[in-house]
Amino acid sequence: MKLFRIRGGVHPEGRKRLSEDKPIEDLPLPELLHVPLQQHIGAPAVVIVKKGDLVKKGQVIATAQGHISAPVHAPSSGQIVGLGRYTAPHPSGLPGRTLTIRTDGKDQWAALPPPLDPFTASPEEIAKRVSDSGIVGMGGATFPSAVKLNLGARFDLHTLIINGAECEPYLTCDDRLMREHSADVIAGVRIMARALKVERAIIAIEANKPDAIRRLRHAAQNDDVVTVVEVPTRYPMGSEKHLTQTLLGKETPARGLTADIGVVVHNAATAFAVFEAVTLGKPLVSRIVTVSGEAITRPCNLRVPIGTPVAKLIEHAGDVKVEPERLLLGGPMMGQPLSDLKVPVVKGTNGVLALAGLEASAMAHRTSCIRCASCVDACPCGLVPLDMAAAIRKEEMEIATKSGLMDCVGCGSCAYVCPSNIPLVQYFNYAKGRITYLQRAEHKQKETKRLADLRNERLERLAQAKREAMAKRKAEQARKKAEKAAQEQQQEIASA
Amino acid sequence: MISAILSLALLGLGLGVMLGFAAKYLKVEAGALVQDIEQMLPGSQCGQCGYPGCSPAAEALAGGQAAITMCPPGGRALAQALADKLGVSADLSAMEDQAPQVAFVNEHLCIGCTKCFKRCPTDALVGANRQIHVVIKDACTGCGKCVDVCPTESVRMRDVPVSLETWHWPKPDQLSLAS
Repeated sequence: MKLFRIRGGVHPEGRKRLSEDKPIEDLPLPELLHVPLQQHIGAPAVVIVKKGDLVKKGQVIATAQGHISAPVHAPSSGQIVGLGRYTAPHPSGLPGRTLTIRTDGKDQWAALPPPLDPFTASPEEIAKRVSDSGIVGMGGATFPSAVKLNLGARFDLHTLIINGAECEPYLTCDDRLMREHSADVIAGVRIMARALKVERAIIAIEANKPDAIRRLRHAAQNDDVVTVVEVPTRYPMGSEKHLTQTLLGKETPARGLTADIGVVVHNAATAFAVFEAVTLGKPLVSRIVTVSGEAITRPCNLRVPIGTPVAKLIEHAGDVKVEPERLLLGGPMMGQPLSDLKVPVVKGTNGVLALAGLEASAMAHRTSCIRCASCVDACPCGLVPLDMAAAIRKEEMEIATKSGLMDCVGCGSCAYVCPSNIPLVQYFNYAKGRITYLQRAEHKQKETKRLADLRNERLERLAQAKREAMAKRKAEQARKKAEKAAQEQQQEIASA
Repeated sequence: MISAILSLALLGLGLGVMLGFAAKYLKVEAGALVQDIEQMLPGSQCGQCGYPGCSPAAEALAGGQAAITMCPPGGRALAQALADKLGVSADLSAMEDQAPQVAFVNEHLCIGCTKCFKRCPTDALVGANRQIHVVIKDACTGCGKCVDVCPTESVRMRDVPVSLETWHWPKPDQLSLAS
């Protein structure tokens, strides 16, 4: 298949050797599972269980709320022991609404919905099942998958792309999944293609995963829908817009969706989750997580129940052998700093990294921008990071927005190549948050004005009513007085 | 000598007449500007700026006696809009430091006197006579008027807590990046 070139990008050292040959292991069931209600983009799920309730594995414990949302299922059987706020897997380290389950060790499944026949089920049935199973984009973006499977109704789609690029260094969870469950992943892809009513599905895998490519090609050899394509190893190949451009040569419009050009991109792990949900009826209650980094004694790939504290994963990987310089959730390029080891694994967690040695200390020495424009060459979105960062530093958000801040995917290629170690992505993340904050403030000001106007109007109305009542009373009194006077006069006349 | 005096006098006269006409026909409606600014202000008449209401504040702004950063409920967004409107540049970095606050009613102390919500410019306090009052946080502008009138000190201003939804990455420290 002919591939197209994308601009920019970087070649970070893969470091996938650490864990790529470690088969997926099941993590022993932890005693407590902390299941956040917001593990997806959109509205948080609504709790439908009470403290003290006994739940079975796969039972719905919180339902989706609104159109873009996802339900949450119990990752194992046990008792609900807490419903409160617990440290969320978020760079802020702030707490979020979380259900805590004390597992009973039996890992007993609840009654699951009957399996659907992937060859006869209607697209609507498939999308409904995916939605009910709580499946979200498992590459880390956590967008509810069912919403993306329903895009066929609004867009003219022709291609489904399965993202198996896994371009982040260290991470091998998708690689292992594609190698060990090749047939299931292909089946999942076929189901998704059916739901989207597309004729073509392309599984894109970076060239540094030859075994996964071989196995998937073997599993898909007699398939007329699914093709497996090797794409060059280059970060950020796994960005959906760039992957689409590499495969089809079409660029997604700025701030648009890939669906605008007829393409839907799903992650390989999502395909596997869809397979399990449709053919087995199993909701999304566990996921594969890579535990790696130079500080980890025994890097590995684990199948982890959602809600397991990160500390348990590191413990299972033989703990850290040296003091890690940096703990990350996700990959080293786009992952989030881990504020606390007690945070739970969620649907979008693909890796837990403990970095030590050279790789993390590079940021220590920061100097001024020398305008070398390395970041311009590296930016896969064709932006000018140095100018944007300079504008943001001066709080000139409008200039930054005009230079394309909202087209930045936050891949970190610019910061990776910067010889001055300027934290460019942090500037962009700050600016994006800041702009949202300013919009919120403006909205609040408008609302304040509206409320104040309403109040003034009401006060005016009340005052008016009072004045009228007063005038009426005065008139009444005047009338009575006049009557009285008239009476008196008459009496006087009568007496006189 | 005379020609010089004459020419200068004529020049002065001519320019004076032109200025006179300009003042008459190109007059800027000060009232219009005041009205525009008043439209931009929150209109909650909270008095935090030190002026008795939004209308006097708008007059002061138009007259240049007040800083564009004077309106706490309007915040930075308003200051920016005012700077654009008045064509002045201002250092807005000082506005960052004010953490937004909202009123909070301590239910153990509230006696239900209704004084606070009569003062609230945005109806953010609700309640009834001898019932505990409560603050609708989304509507509160943090003007603090209710704190002043509360007889039992049950109303307090509190910082708006940062939540997962409102948190964003902080600005990297301003060490480098030549502009």
